[in-house]
Amino acid sequence: MDFLRPDTLAEALALKAQRPDAVPIAGGTDVMVELNFDHRRPAALLDLTRIAELRSWDVDGGDHGDDHGTVRIGSGVPYTRIIDELGERLPGLAMASRTVGSPQIRNRGTVGGNLGAASPAGDTHPVLLAADATVEAASTRGTRLIPATGFYLGVKRHALEPDELITAVHVPTTRAPQQFAKVGTRNAMVIAVCSFAVALHPEQHRVGAAVGSAAPTPRRASAAEEFLSAELTATNQWDSPKPLPDSVKRRFGELVAQAASPIDDVRGSAAYRKHALSVLARRTLDWAWRDYSEKVA
Amino acid sequence: MRVNVTVNGEPKQADDVWEGESLLFLLRERLGLPGSKNACEQGECGSCTVYLDNTPVCSCLVAAGQVQDREVRTVEGLADGDRLDPVQEAFVEAGAVQCGFCTPGLVVAAHDLLDRVPRPSDPEIREALAGNLCRCTGYEKILDAVRLAATRKADPESAAR
Repeated sequence: MDFLRPDTLAEALALKAQRPDAVPIAGGTDVMVELNFDHRRPAALLDLTRIAELRSWDVDGGDHGDDHGTVRIGSGVPYTRIIDELGERLPGLAMASRTVGSPQIRNRGTVGGNLGAASPAGDTHPVLLAADATVEAASTRGTRLIPATGFYLGVKRHALEPDELITAVHVPTTRAPQQFAKVGTRNAMVIAVCSFAVALHPEQHRVGAAVGSAAPTPRRASAAEEFLSAELTATNQWDSPKPLPDSVKRRFGELVAQAASPIDDVRGSAAYRKHALSVLARRTLDWAWRDYSEKVA
Repeated sequence: MRVNVTVNGEPKQADDVWEGESLLFLLRERLGLPGSKNACEQGECGSCTVYLDNTPVCSCLVAAGQVQDREVRTVEGLADGDRLDPVQEAFVEAGAVQCGFCTPGLVVAAHDLLDRVPRPSDPEIREALAGNLCRCTGYEKILDAVRLAATRKADPESAAR
């Protein structure tokens, strides 16, 4: 096995072009498990931890300190730093990051790795979908942006070409409420039985919603998004929010559950996942909407 | 490859290292430092916790090739000569050690917590130790030890007694 240790992004992209079979490794929280258990013997590992360009974040379009702009997070920024440094700008992503593994795992693991592994259970995926994130992929041929909605293609499969590396994820900054919730047997070190994220987009009069660990890929709950967005707009709730009727919350939960196509496995049954998702959807919507009502008032 | 890494303040060298082996293996089997324990090899149990460039990590999830020219501090590097670190002392005194297998990882995790948060609340202690499993103690004595170490570090007078 070759171990490639580029110091710069340009070097890394050149290596990946020469060796498309090289497996990128950053925090190692997924890749090393596969190596330790002999589940995988890649022909080459491409170590990304020495590349400074991947370990910083900045605000596209200038940081005005308000709710404008998009945060570009280098794919090598660990969860701990997202929680500490981006909690106010990106509340949903920070919330999901807090539920990842343990302190040791959050010190090493990265959103880039979550995307590269493309597990349907990855904790950050529902937030990235609900918050309209885009994935930045680069190769020696150039750089392109892939909307999160088009990134996940199947169980552990994504839209990258073999010569591409994930260099960053772009997430719009927001002051509007976002929520994430996850079901598991403990509050730490747990793979989601199912997870759910909701993001309010008041400026667009729209709600984003997505499920995790409940289908072959993380996915948007489009019908639930459309129902709730239409309902809120029709009743002029964006400008003068009122407590949401139970019937609206229940319908939203039902539509979220319908968006999922879960399986029965050791972590939970398909029926349980659907039920739990409808509960998570109602609950997180309630939290987000109360928060929004207080902000507008 | 030849790995050059600073461990507990001393430059170390190991030859013929397979880059895909873990930092834990490198420490235990090549550098003669068996303090960090090998249990789950998947980042679940925390017994292999070490500092890598001053950040606590599971050494089983770091590839040996990734530590070239970096700094590692293991449980062996916490004591000052024969004088145990206050966290280690507190673990002994509070009875936070039974079989001892999880202890090195817990000591490193607790050491890091008290560096960042000198007087942690109970929820902060529980959160900081959430990645370290102990199957003997039921954790109560471990919480006692961290509280005791925090008190001692805040008031070194009481440590001298």
